[in-house]
Parts: sequence; C-alpha cells; structure tokens
Amino acid sequence: MSEYKFSEDQEKEIAAIFAKYPVKASAMLPLLTLVQRADQVVSPEAMVAIGKKLDVSPAYVQSVLSFYTMYHTEKVGKYMILFCINISCQLNGSDKLLEHTAKKLNIKVGETTFDEKFTLHREECLAACTEAPMMRVNDTYYGNLTEQRIDQIIDSLD
Amino acid sequence: MTQILFKDINKEGLHTMKVYEELGGYQSLKKAFAQKPDEIVETVKASGLRGRGGAGFPTGLKWSFLAKDVFPRYLCCNADESEPGTCKDRELLLKNPHLLIEGMILCSYACRIETGYIYMRGEFQDLSFIMDKALEEARAKGYLGKNILGTGFNLDIYTHLGAGAYICGEESALLNSLEGGRGEPRMKPPFPAVEGLYSKPTVINNVETLCVVPYIVNEGAEKYASFGTEKSKGTKLVSVSGHVKKPGNYEIEMGTPTSELIYNLAGGIRNDNKLKAFIPGGSSVPMLPADKVDTPYDYESLAAAGTMLGSGALIVIDDSVNIVETTLRLISFYMHESCGKCTPCREGTRWLYQIVERIMQNKGQLEYIEKLEDICGNMSFKAFCPLADACVAPVVSSIKHFRSDYEEYFKNVGVS
Repeated sequence: MSEYKFSEDQEKEIAAIFAKYPVKASAMLPLLTLVQRADQVVSPEAMVAIGKKLDVSPAYVQSVLSFYTMYHTEKVGKYMILFCINISCQLNGSDKLLEHTAKKLNIKVGETTFDEKFTLHREECLAACTEAPMMRVNDTYYGNLTEQRIDQIIDSLD
Repeated sequence: MTQILFKDINKEGLHTMKVYEELGGYQSLKKAFAQKPDEIVETVKASGLRGRGGAGFPTGLKWSFLAKDVFPRYLCCNADESEPGTCKDRELLLKNPHLLIEGMILCSYACRIETGYIYMRGEFQDLSFIMDKALEEARAKGYLGKNILGTGFNLDIYTHLGAGAYICGEESALLNSLEGGRGEPRMKPPFPAVEGLYSKPTVINNVETLCVVPYIVNEGAEKYASFGTEKSKGTKLVSVSGHVKKPGNYEIEMGTPTSELIYNLAGGIRNDNKLKAFIPGGSSVPMLPADKVDTPYDYESLAAAGTMLGSGALIVIDDSVNIVETTLRLISFYMHESCGKCTPCREGTRWLYQIVERIMQNKGQLEYIEKLEDICGNMSFKAFCPLADACVAPVVSSIKHFRSDYEEYFKNVGVS
C-alpha cells in the first residue's frame, strides 16, 4: 500500500479545520469529506493517513465512515445522482421518474454507467419537499422534476 | 398574517450583511448586551418559545438547565434537517443566514457560551458555504470574535457538516457525530445540558428556534407571546408538501386551522381530488384522516387529536393513494436509517417492513394486522432514541384510521 499524500493546499485546509475544534477527533468527518472531494472515494491509503492525523487507527476511521451514507469506498461516477424517493416525492411520482432515469442511463439503480459518468442512487429525504419530486446531482438540487426535465438535466451534463 | 421569521425572506440580497443590517439586523445585540445574561434567559422563558425541531421543549427552560458554573459550555445549532417533509430550515439557511447567527450570539451571551457549532447535514454543503461567508462577514463586523462590541464577551461560531445519517438529527447522536464518531445516540441522562459536547454543558437548538430569539429580544417576550394560543406561543414555519397545488414553507400563527394551510395557503388539493389523510408534523408523527382537517395547528390541539406538531411538516395525501403504500415507504425509511444500536429498532423496523411488504404482495392474512400492532408495542419507548417510536407512528395510525386500505389487499390474497 503506497503512502497517501495530502497536497499543500489540503494541508492548509486541514490546519484550518483543526483550529475549529478543541479536540482533534472532531476533524474526522471534515477530513473524510476533504479527501472525498479530491478523490471521489476514500481509499484505504487515505484512511491510514486520516488515522495518523487524528491519532486513531485506520480501522476506527473505517468504522466511522461506514456509518455515513455519503462516503464511498468504491469508485462512483463523475456525477452522483441521488434521487429522493421519500414520502413527499413518492406522492408526486418519484418512483416512476426514478425508473425513467435508470432507463435513460441504461443502468439499474445503485449502478454506475459504463463510461463512469453517472452513478444513480435512491436517496432518503433531502429536505426540499416543497419542490418534490427532486434529486441532487453532486452539490446541486433539482426540483419539480418531470421526465422531460430529467432528460434535459442529464443531457446538459458533460 | 403575522410574519416574524419570513418577514423579509424574499428580499434580494438578504443573505448579505449589508441588506440584513439595512432591514434592522443585529440591532438586538446592543439591547441584549445592556442586560445581564440571566435576564435574557428569563425573557426567552417568558416568551413561551418552544423548540421548533420536533420535541417542543420550552427553550428558556432548556437554557436554564445548564450545569451551574461549569465551563466551557457549547452551543450546537441543529441544522441536520432530515425529517421527511421538512424543509423550512433549509430556506432560512439559504436566504437568511445572518438571522441564525444573530440568534446564536444572543443564546451564547445568555448562556455564557464562547463556542458554537452549526451542525448541517452533509447534503447542505452548498448552504455551508453561504453560512461560512456570513460568519466571515459577522467576524469582520466584530459581532463574532474577541471582546464583541467592547463587552468583553467572546464567541466564535463554526459550521460542521455531517455525511448522511438521519439519526444525527437526534441531539445525542449529533454530539457523537460532531466529536468525530459514529452517530449513535447516547444514553440519557446525563442530558446535554449537563454533559454534552466534549462532556461539557451544551445547548442544542433547532435553526428555527434560534432564529426566533432576535425578535423576542427586540420586541419583548410579551409581544411574542401575544401571538398564538394560550400554550403554543408565537408563529411556526410549516412546510406543506404532497398533493397540494402550491407546496411551500408558510409562516402561520400557532392555532391557525390546518385546513387554512392546506386549502388557502397551499391552494388546495391538486387536480381537485379529495383530501384523504395528512401528516401534520413530519413523517415521525401519526397521520390523521381528512375529517380532522380543521384541527388548530398548535402543540396542544394536535396532541388532543392524537398526533404531534413535530417539526412542522404538513404532508398532504389525496384519495388517489392507498395508505399502505405510503406506510411501507415510511417504514422503509426508518429501516434504512436505524443505526442498529438497539435491538427493538434494528429488528422491529425490518419485521414491520417485511410484513407490510407481504401484505402488499397479496400474501397477507388478517392476523398480520395484529402482528404489526404487537411488534409496534414492543418497539415503543424501548430504544435509546425516538427513531423506533417514529417508525411506529405511521404504522399504528394507518391501521387505526385506514384499516380498510389494508383489507383491500386481503381481498386479493393469492392474486399475484
């Protein structure tokens, strides 16, 4: 296993993160997020590096990250589509729209397209219920979805 | 209708210090700093403000429970908004971040706190950038940092992002997550006011709750308490979603009839269908049938009707839906979000899912309903946190009010 190296900018960001908390351990989620933002996944090497920063074992880092749904240990697409299927979205037809999206991308829910461009996931409530049905693509929320709008959004991403 | 939190919500540039101050923002600080911290706690107590996150606990009382003379103390703003149906905090964070900061400064001054965290759900990353910018502006203005406005009072506030876990909205799970661990709930007592973040006395308040505080300090407890009902004071943000024509966040005076929210503010049922059911306080509270639609929207009236005000998320369901479908979706949510720490919740949510799924596959039997109720009885109040109870709510209430929807499936037993 090769050693994980944080970039100079990342080291600066990490120092700023540590300054927010009286104890190092609180930087766990921020560091995982920082790594994933750069690499799209949290690799075993990164877990070791984060463990070193926080004085905890890599196994503990893994136990924490496995608790949260937003961290990935396996490669995901360039665009992560989180499709809300919770109650307000369901009432507004999200099940059919999710099916449509999967068909459009030619994958099953939970899978990544062959060109590694899109990953499609079912997601629980994203707190945008008044815009239901909605989905989140990377950091952007898209509400009031229709089949047509979904097609437009997907086609517009390159 | 009285607008306290949403008065200027759609003003352009409200998220900037300049516009926020032009509209009277941060005026409450001088007023507060002229008083002793305890006086602010008393004012908030007298206002009757109750926690807007879900439990409805009196805010001033919560502040007064902090362990005496133990420092440092912490403030955690719960911005983990994840209760299905709820999206009011997101609108506040997006459009009016300074209101929250002002509220947090007041709370910190009142409770002698020098560090505050805003715990935001991981999916709110874009909102955290907006909030970081607003915090930066507040620091530049001297509203945060050392010796604020020459009073000797120090405070800094930071954002902290979660990473996708509904349970982190539960306050003790939130603390574990903020400390860098798995977001599993803690045993209570000790309550956070005694041993919270880093085992120090901690106040945890919802975004909306803290956003109300500047108004109370500016206008006085009496003014705030003049709105609402005898026991449910003030106004409430309600996220109306589901089968309505105009879904949205609306600010109402406590005690406004639920029908006013559905038929007037939210424009009525879409396609002019008939109302079948509504969930008044987010997915964790019992649903009610259409004939309860005139129930006043306040803590006591909704409790008397057999449900709760919860987080203020009104989910409207029309008569095109079989409630069993909706119930299964909610159980599926709780099954997914159960952290697995307590057996009744971890196993119970799964069993409920499996049984209701079987019913929907036309493989059910009448006894299944009794079985569901039995499992619910073994989940209620038997876990560390209320997630198990939250899963029970839609099941028990759907059986109580919409038993015939279950029976529809029994008619088709054997039909695939």
